[in-house]
Amino acid sequence: MEKVVEVNFGPQHPSTHGVLRIKVKLDGEIIVDAQPVIGYLHRNAEKLSEMGLYPKALIYMDRLDYVAALNMELGYILSVEKLMDVETPERAQWIRMMMVELNRIASHLVWLGTHGLDMGMLTPFFYCWRERERVLRIFDEITGSRLLYNYFSIGGVYSDLTPKGIDMIKEFVNTFPDRLEEIQSIFQKSYIYAKRTKGVGKLTLDDAIAYGVTGPLLRASGLKWDLRKNQPYLFYEKVNFDVPVYTNGDVYSRFLVRVEEMRQSTKIVKQVLEKLPDGDFYNKKYAKPMLVRMKGSGESYVPTESPKGEFGVYVIGDGSTIPYRVRIRSPSFANLQAVSIMLKGYKIADLTATVSSVDPVFGEVDR
Amino acid sequence: MTDSILLTTLDEALRWGKGKSLWPFTFGLACCAIEMMSAMGPDYDWARFGADVFRDSPRHADLMIVSGTVTKKMAPRIRRLYDQMAFPKYVISMGACASAGGPYVRGYSVVDGVDKVVPVDIYVYGCPPRPEALIQALKQLQDSIASGKVRH
Repeated sequence: MEKVVEVNFGPQHPSTHGVLRIKVKLDGEIIVDAQPVIGYLHRNAEKLSEMGLYPKALIYMDRLDYVAALNMELGYILSVEKLMDVETPERAQWIRMMMVELNRIASHLVWLGTHGLDMGMLTPFFYCWRERERVLRIFDEITGSRLLYNYFSIGGVYSDLTPKGIDMIKEFVNTFPDRLEEIQSIFQKSYIYAKRTKGVGKLTLDDAIAYGVTGPLLRASGLKWDLRKNQPYLFYEKVNFDVPVYTNGDVYSRFLVRVEEMRQSTKIVKQVLEKLPDGDFYNKKYAKPMLVRMKGSGESYVPTESPKGEFGVYVIGDGSTIPYRVRIRSPSFANLQAVSIMLKGYKIADLTATVSSVDPVFGEVDR
Repeated sequence: MTDSILLTTLDEALRWGKGKSLWPFTFGLACCAIEMMSAMGPDYDWARFGADVFRDSPRHADLMIVSGTVTKKMAPRIRRLYDQMAFPKYVISMGACASAGGPYVRGYSVVDGVDKVVPVDIYVYGCPPRPEALIQALKQLQDSIASGKVRH
């Protein structure tokens, strides 16, 4: 006689990456059905953004995807600048692009380290964190903060690059590729890691598109879709980089996509350092006292490629200094829905591998 | 009998031991959890202070670090996890959100402070606190356990 057992995974579990709960139905050790339950970190980011001035909403954007805070800020700032027709100096745009790419590296390193922990490997965590701390020290030098920056402002950035900061970035991009090679080899030389991830958590391209999956998951499923290439914003059309694509759609290809993305981001940072023009780092017309008086009317949405996928903020202004509506399109929320089809038919032991390969961050899932 | 020298000395030794062998609980809620991981990472390495054995089950742990915003949906779970921890047990409230609601205090779904749910021994300020601040909190907790200010 067939007997289905229901098991709860989370909300407190070392490999849920936050406060995810998954209701898993098991037949023996085969997963019959898996349903993610979210909302344990729902903290009203959208509503609170609509309660303050335009620049004030930035702190809630920081705390959406707290691993890649600058990417989140960029989505909101680009949207607001489009709404208000604000011109940004070229230097500010280049600085933004460089900082966002550095933050993408930091975010993927957090993913790689915790993914190693989930797969039972403690060593990569320390290697990844060593590299990530170097990125954070750069941010500490330039923005004054380690994790949540509040660095981009409407019409530019809050502070210029310091000479020491530029030296630190140069030193980082020169040594990082070798270190990344080292970290990658820890994973790839491990027989157990390959066994546990190859062919696990498969997502077909049709399913990925149907569920609105974006980012590394989509590229691991075989579609070459990167908003930095397909709908360029900032100056992404002026730099050379490749978009890694793999067709297997399993956990192992997601690992390969993310590692390759880190390499490409380093390449972009190197090119930005060469092309960085002199000039203002913010638009003098929108100096700090002006920011509180800025009004917006109409609506705007600028999609950006965050480390997790397509991120954008849909802003509606009613002509006052306070946004009328702030709607956040967050990538992890859409990606997490696909977990239920990724898990169906696999064994319970594959659950942590699959969930961690999605890279959900609950600040942005629950908002 | 309780006034005898032997007993007070033993008690002191016990308190010293309790402070120096805290086992924290792997329990991350939000942004602060990333800084908590940094504190246990290679750069800050808080294993130096005798609190390196992160346990995944509340039944093995002595120290709960509430790292992030406490929502009304999560609050009963936090209480339940706290109840499952064995004595002696201590709580560090890490960051503005866990201490007082932080920037989300006006939200309808946010509990303004984890001290409404579980008793807190040490509060850490910052949004998020730097790993140094968390290490300072740990040292403070160890000192107050050793001097007998905190007992649970």
